[in-house]
Amino acid sequence: MSKTKQKDASGKSLASRVIGAVIMAAAGVFCALAALGVTPVSIVLSALTVCAALHALHTRTMKLKNGKSVVQPGSNGLLIGMLLVDIVAASAVLTGFDFGIIMKRGNQFFVILQQIFQPDFNYFPKVVDPLLDTIKMSILGSVIGATLALPVSVIASTNINRSGVTVWAQRILLMIIRTLPTLVIAKFAALIFGLGTFAGTVAIVIFTFGVVSKMMYESIETIDMGAFEAMESFGANKFQSFWSACMPQILPTYLSYCLYALEMNIRAAAILGYVGAGGLGLLMDERIGWRDYRGLGMVLLALFVVVLIIEQTSQYLRKKLS
Amino acid sequence: MEKQTKVQNNALPRDSKVDILATYLTRPRLWWLYTLIVLIIFALISWSGSTVQYKGLANKGVEVAKGIWNGLVSPDRSLLFTLNEEGAIVSPFINVTPEGVPYQLLQTVAIAVLGTLIGGVLAIPFSFLACDKIVPKWVALIFNVFILLIRTIPSLVWALVWIRVTGPNAFCGVVTQSVCSIGMICKMYITAIEDIDTRILESLDAAGCNGFQKIRYGMLPQIIPNFISTVIYRFDINVKDATTLGIVGAGGIGAALIQCITSSRWSMVGSYLFGMILLMIVIELFSTYVRQKLARG
Repeated sequence: MSKTKQKDASGKSLASRVIGAVIMAAAGVFCALAALGVTPVSIVLSALTVCAALHALHTRTMKLKNGKSVVQPGSNGLLIGMLLVDIVAASAVLTGFDFGIIMKRGNQFFVILQQIFQPDFNYFPKVVDPLLDTIKMSILGSVIGATLALPVSVIASTNINRSGVTVWAQRILLMIIRTLPTLVIAKFAALIFGLGTFAGTVAIVIFTFGVVSKMMYESIETIDMGAFEAMESFGANKFQSFWSACMPQILPTYLSYCLYALEMNIRAAAILGYVGAGGLGLLMDERIGWRDYRGLGMVLLALFVVVLIIEQTSQYLRKKLS
Repeated sequence: MEKQTKVQNNALPRDSKVDILATYLTRPRLWWLYTLIVLIIFALISWSGSTVQYKGLANKGVEVAKGIWNGLVSPDRSLLFTLNEEGAIVSPFINVTPEGVPYQLLQTVAIAVLGTLIGGVLAIPFSFLACDKIVPKWVALIFNVFILLIRTIPSLVWALVWIRVTGPNAFCGVVTQSVCSIGMICKMYITAIEDIDTRILESLDAAGCNGFQKIRYGMLPQIIPNFISTVIYRFDINVKDATTLGIVGAGGIGAALIQCITSSRWSMVGSYLFGMILLMIVIELFSTYVRQKLARG
């Protein structure tokens, strides 16, 4: 493994190796100095980073018995390791990392956890309705989102849609949709459509649409296009040939992605209530606010059972599909 | 089922006496199965549609939608860049104050870096203990249920529970992410461990290697690329998660974003969203690039 890597690396020009090492070293030194200020620790870190960069640039030339010489470039491993150390140090400063607090107040966490693991079963009747809401939201959202995703993913796959502009417009749109966190979408939806399950459903539709479209266009691009071309040469139009040549190929994958999306959505839908989009989230927030951790335990237990059932069913169906 | 029929059709020799048309017409038809599936799906939709009803826009719905659009079109530039009085960008160009978007984004990434790293390290012992190739079946079962428990509790709940310990700050985000990353990372680690080619260990054994050498040259090269790739994939997810953890007060950009949304300062919302979208795209490209490199070796 390491042998082959070095061979690859030696294929690179010296200039690109120097530029890479300098960029990495500069990033490491910047992280250390910017976050820690000029302190002994940061100076030692920077010095070590620079040393690692020099080590990465150090090339050894070996003479073989037959008179040829082999150049062995230095390895980047140490430099990448030092860069990681610098980044971690900077992150620790930025987030105020303090392990002492956990040591001091960690028992607090176990007090809560203990109560969560003793669920209050009297609370169950109140959990049923929000739980059903959560399930309904995620089923409806998954179905609508996945239905919308199918035509869009066809448009966004390069082997069926030959026009580059529409493909990239679709892909950039999908990328932006995927970067928006579900909770933020849900918050917007709750403001626009009012509090309740409809807002949650909208958020899930958008989330499912983004995820399923991306996975679909990636798998549409790997299908065998021979049948499609044959159909076209018979005189079938694009839709007919797609329907009879490509659909049978992508349908099992599509259905399995839909089930996968449903699995994810049940989890996602559970917290949407936190921003007022209906479902279990509202209940969780309320229970934590009142420090009723046994009630929270009941909510989580109900969610756990539902997730377990849906996950097992969906995994069984997906295995059948593939 | 359909696939099997197709294979049978293809398997017929070209000059066979069997009439292909006849075979095609008498192919097994599973219309009742498909009808059943469609019926089940329709039943589920109508059942779930019963509660999820469209009650029209909220009072200020249109206003909010317009506000979001306006905010995205004309974001608050002062949060992104250092501006002088005339609104031109001056040195040091980006806004480096703690209220600015770049600092908030950096903090979000820092939470994700530490959370993923700690989670990735904590997951190693758990994944070995939950792999039934290495430990007895019942031990593996216990740890698998434990991992499933961690995975089921949503990260927001973890955050709310940890806030009681750490107080509402970025450190709470780090602890939360360290714990809730364990679930998914373990699941992928276990697959990587199960995929180890044990024949390599046997041949190293035959070559006279000792236990340490077997681990160093037989196991580590097989699992380390998978582990790193898993951690980077989870980092991608954690950055996205860290943007929402702020909603409950666990640091990162989410707190400021939600505050701006509830107080309808749309131009500020616009600049936060811009920063977030840009960050997520950069992280996703980075993670895809590194994982592709790792997969190719």
